Amino acid sequence: MSHLLEVKDLKVSYHSYAGEVQSVRGVNFTVDTGESVAIVGESGCGKSVTAKTIMGLIQTPPGEIKKGSQILFEGKNLLDMNEKEWQAYRGSDCAIVFQDALAALNPTLTIGRQITEKIMIHTDMNKEDAMKEAERLLTLVGIPNPAKRLKQYPHEFSGGMRQRAMIAIALACQPKLLIADEPTTALDVTIQADIIDLLKDLQKEFQMAVIMITHDLGIVADIATKIVVMYAGKVVETGSNYDVFYNPRHPYTQALLRAVPRLDVEEDQELESIEGTPPNMIAPPAGCAFCTRCKHCMKICQKMEPPTYEFEDGHTAQCWLYHEYAQK
Amino acid sequence: MKKFVLKRFLQMALVWILVSMFAFAIIYFAPGDPLYMYMTPGATGHKLTEAELQAMRESLGLTGNVFQQYAAWAQKMMHGNWGISIQTKENVLSLILGKLPCTMGLMGASMVLSLIIAIPLGLIAGTHKNKLSDNIISALTYVGVSMPAFWLGIMLVIIFSMQLQWLPSSGMRSIGVNTTWDLVKHAIMPSIVLSMNNMAVFVRYIRSNTITQMEEEYVLTAVSKGISKKGIMYGQVLKNCMLPVITVVGSRFGTLVTGSFIVESVFNWPGLGTLAMSAINNRDYPVVMGITMFSCTILLLGNFLADILYGFADPRIKIGKE
Ligand SMILES: Nc1ncnc2c1ncn2[C@@H]1O[C@H](COP(=O)(O)OP(=O)(O)OP(=O)(O)O)[C@@H](O)[C@H]1O
Ligand SMILES: [Mg+2]
Repeated sequence: MSHLLEVKDLKVSYHSYAGEVQSVRGVNFTVDTGESVAIVGESGCGKSVTAKTIMGLIQTPPGEIKKGSQILFEGKNLLDMNEKEWQAYRGSDCAIVFQDALAALNPTLTIGRQITEKIMIHTDMNKEDAMKEAERLLTLVGIPNPAKRLKQYPHEFSGGMRQRAMIAIALACQPKLLIADEPTTALDVTIQADIIDLLKDLQKEFQMAVIMITHDLGIVADIATKIVVMYAGKVVETGSNYDVFYNPRHPYTQALLRAVPRLDVEEDQELESIEGTPPNMIAPPAGCAFCTRCKHCMKICQKMEPPTYEFEDGHTAQCWLYHEYAQK
Repeated sequence: MKKFVLKRFLQMALVWILVSMFAFAIIYFAPGDPLYMYMTPGATGHKLTEAELQAMRESLGLTGNVFQQYAAWAQKMMHGNWGISIQTKENVLSLILGKLPCTMGLMGASMVLSLIIAIPLGLIAGTHKNKLSDNIISALTYVGVSMPAFWLGIMLVIIFSMQLQWLPSSGMRSIGVNTTWDLVKHAIMPSIVLSMNNMAVFVRYIRSNTITQMEEEYVLTAVSKGISKKGIMYGQVLKNCMLPVITVVGSRFGTLVTGSFIVESVFNWPGLGTLAMSAINNRDYPVVMGITMFSCTILLLGNFLADILYGFADPRIKIGKE
């Protein structure tokens, strides 16, 4: 079975004066056509860096994508592509929506121009047709009065409308994969729900694969078919939405879930925060990165990195607890 | 728009009045006497008596304390009377307007020159941050800002007028010659010297602006749409880099005015600067005051125009509507 996207042993570092920041330290996951995958994890665990690498947005230097990393898109390794191939891939095969649409849109160009320029690069439509297409896209993402809106600048839009416009840009040219990097974090709660619903609808309608990056487990439960949990630059657990929520395997995932209230439980719940802080990414620990905060930490956890254990239906976890000699 | 213009005009009037007060006070308290040339037996061999001097002072409005003198000057000014030169007995305003085209020509040429050279250099340096081309350009801008105009002017004269004999060393026209080429030849060195400082400032400004713009997130969005590097530079970044330059150009009119005083003296360019220098040396108070206030007006209008232009150019600023 071939996947739409297959990230294999991805390692990305940033070189700074303080030393080499190992932002991503060997990430593996796959995305299938039409699938919606959520990447969750604490701030600074490497989610955005992973997303940017898939889009080819890492500046080298200061960034460095380590040798041996692979990102296969429809079987082709993106990291071997030249600039021309990247340009063809970006936008037409894969698109990204950033968190802060105000910063992500060019303040001095009209929304129309910012949509049509993408359409005109990837198709041979003329300006007029591209404008019509842009109008259709704005309608599609639920922006009223699209003809008028096309002539306006980003600052004339409200926050929610701006994010919709951003999604319209991403949707232009019908990418097979849409990456949304915390698309709702900057928005009001009510508007957040609208944007998530919109993404869900669009995903169904176009059979588009979506990678949703978020802190918000509520969004994850709502939208994802598959969940990838990241910690300190690594994937610690992957599995279907149901498996991860109802049968979390990794102590980090378990702790994450204890930190949010469950809606399916009637009685009073005690919420727990995760004690401690994530490790320094300049000098990551030799063993499991979570061991200093883990309740079940064993001797081996401090010395050696845990291998990946696989359970039912592709549910995986990187944790020594699942070694056959570990006490149950 | 109307409101904005009105507000700005009120502000400008206030600044103008304050400047006139300061300038007047400085001139009043500065040592020297406009009648000095009448007190020493010069070429005429004629020395005025104390009574004659006093009569002269009165006729020139040079009696009374600083407030009285300022009030007299301001009153005349309000009626559009810029006064009479003590030296030449000419009307100050017509004296200034007569010299204006020469100075404006020089300033215009040097402004255009500095922008034509600074824009590409600034963009190259900004897009090649910390590479060789950036280092060379940045080093040159340090030289540009730190080189005194009079020194550069003298060096150019030594090299191009005295050694190579390519360009005339002073004046605006050769006697008896009335061609454009002759005028251009005279203008080349003064324009270069006058443009140097602004050029360096513009290069540094455009460079740092380009660097900040290139790091903005909208550039990442543009890359993620599949736009080429060149397309991003010209289609996205260039406009945002150049917009604030309009304001900077407006704010550099001040340097242009003071710079032109020095450059005109070095090259004996018959403009406002030369007029100002001779007026200052001879304590020709009405002319000094006139030129100061005239320069002040140009400066204020320059800034005002730059703001208006910026408002039209940048969609985020809405002074055009309302
Ligand atoms: N341009 C950069 N230069 C240096 N270090 C960087 C850069 N971008 C990211 N990093 C580092 O890489 C690590 C991972 O960052 P990343 O932005 O991927 O985190 P994240 O998981 O997206 O967090 P958040 O939830 O806050 O967005 C962080 O430690 C960060 O300091
Ligand atoms: Mg992030």
